[in-house]
Amino acid sequence: MQPIVSVSNLSKTYTNGHQALKNVSLDIAPGEILALLGPNGAGKTTLISIICGIVNASAGSVSVDGHDIVTGYRVTRGMIGLVPQELTLGAFDTVWNTLCFSRGLFGMKPDPAYLEQLLRDLSLWSRKNSTLMSLSGGMKRRVLIGKALSHEPTVLFLDEPTAGVDVELRKAMWALVRRLRDSGVTIILTTHYIEEAEAIADRVGVINNGELLLVDDKLALMHKLGKRQLIIELEEPVSQLPEMLTNRALELSNDGGKLTYTYDPHKSDTGISALLQAISEAGLQLKDLQTTQSTLEDIFVSLVKANEPLINSSCRRKPASNALKDMGSGIRRNDES
Amino acid sequence: MNTHAIRVIYKYEMLRAWDTLLQSFASPVVSTSLYFVVFGSAIGSRIQQVEGVPYGLFIVPGLVMLALLTHSISNASFGIFFPKFTGTIYEVMSAPISFIEILIGYVGAAATKSLIIGIVILATAGFFVPLEIAHPVWMAGFLILTCISFSLFGFIIGLWADNFEKLQLIPLLIITPLVFLGGSFYSISMLPPVWQTVTLFNPVVYLISGFRWSFFEVSDVSVGLSLFMVLAFLTVCLLIVWWMFKTGYRLKQ
Ligand SMILES: Nc1ncnc2c1ncn2[C@@H]1O[C@H](COP(=O)(O)OP(=O)(O)O)[C@@H](O)[C@H]1O
Ligand SMILES: [Mg+2]
Repeated sequence: MQPIVSVSNLSKTYTNGHQALKNVSLDIAPGEILALLGPNGAGKTTLISIICGIVNASAGSVSVDGHDIVTGYRVTRGMIGLVPQELTLGAFDTVWNTLCFSRGLFGMKPDPAYLEQLLRDLSLWSRKNSTLMSLSGGMKRRVLIGKALSHEPTVLFLDEPTAGVDVELRKAMWALVRRLRDSGVTIILTTHYIEEAEAIADRVGVINNGELLLVDDKLALMHKLGKRQLIIELEEPVSQLPEMLTNRALELSNDGGKLTYTYDPHKSDTGISALLQAISEAGLQLKDLQTTQSTLEDIFVSLVKANEPLINSSCRRKPASNALKDMGSGIRRNDES
Repeated sequence: MNTHAIRVIYKYEMLRAWDTLLQSFASPVVSTSLYFVVFGSAIGSRIQQVEGVPYGLFIVPGLVMLALLTHSISNASFGIFFPKFTGTIYEVMSAPISFIEILIGYVGAAATKSLIIGIVILATAGFFVPLEIAHPVWMAGFLILTCISFSLFGFIIGLWADNFEKLQLIPLLIITPLVFLGGSFYSISMLPPVWQTVTLFNPVVYLISGFRWSFFEVSDVSVGLSLFMVLAFLTVCLLIVWWMFKTGYRLKQ
């Protein structure tokens, strides 16, 4: 199938010399939900901004439905809707007026019936005459989505649609995204929450330091990267693993007090029952059990290790950025739920 | 041509003025009336006539130009600066719209508003002095060309400015002095010869002179030269704007 969006060898160096994208190539299939996963500063917004015409590329090209975004900008931009990362809205306009404005701006003739349905779908119809500044953050986000959909685009970019949004709203947003996909819209969303990518994406692209590290089916990626660990604390430390446990994916801590079992939570049989049974058969007493999931941080570390020759210097620059902490918190929330 | 886009931008910008109706259209009336009281009555009672035209009448074209220039510039510069400032410009930049269409929308609206202000001022002036216009077509021509070219100029300032100070800087430091020294309230011939020569480097002189000629058939420079200067200014502004969009100046990184 011909990709709906095709990015080839895209690079971007900002005027201050910062290289935000490095030779990114990516094909997006019509009708899919693609999540671009990466920490703050990875280049996600830059990539989207180039495709939408807000930022000029330094090198490389992008085509949408076979049209180049520079020479065929009227066609490509008409097909694209963009929900920006920031809540950038005028203050004094009403919800209704701002939607009419967006639709006209994208060259579509007025269609009050369509816009009414859109506002109803977004639960904003009752607020259609409210000024934008009187809306809550969640409503503003939905107005932005409404504006992006006002001209009936076939490709929708959502730049961090759930950053700073509570769990309830996030679930509602996911439902909305799925509905849109079912109506035939191709959706590209960026996120730094691994659980978000896991929840709604068909495919996931991992981006860090301006490089697209990999793009894969979500399930394949989760299998590859979403390892979980079971940490077993023993009543009595042991000096070495008993014979009957050595053939399992088990590691013994240096002090002999902890066993770490790494498994894939997506498999139907995680092997935990068998393991626990084997442990008790070996005569070991359990003191405590604990599971941890690999965070996005771990995933990046493992990806970066895998790509060492490619990335090493650039990745070392900000080892413990807030972005990564941020992502960690996203994962931990997942564990709680 | 994305006419829908031009229409919504134009309408949006016009509605903005409507929301602040008092500020947009009433303030020119008040300030014009004040000028008439101060210059027309107080000073005019002593000067009486300039080049055969009663002083109260003589200052009308200058007053209109003063208002047109300041309002064109502030309207157009604010119209494009504000979305840049709040970030909402992203939408215009991601829309299937060419620079000419953006220009027609924003500059067209600013020029329309200035034109309305110019007409309002002329009507206000009519209350104070018996207005007569010798060449209505020329008058309208100068009026419209001035609105368009200075709205374009304002648009350039709005694109260039990356903070509020810069937005105010050029109108305050360059335009206001040029207008006041451009013969709004006096004839160039009233100046000492050296200053007459210096004044000829002020482009606003040509504007006001030509505009005044269309009322009273008196001018400081020939009306053909006035027209040429207005068109030259318009062309320069168009070239600058064209270059700005071409390079993505201050809009696209
Ligand atoms: N206008 C700009 N000028 C210079 N550097 C920028 C600009 N915009 C973004 N950057 C830098 O480019 C990198 C990528 O930014 P961005 O695309 O916003 O990342 P993300 O959306 O993944 O958080 C960051 O290091 C950021 O600081
Ligand atoms: Mg971003």
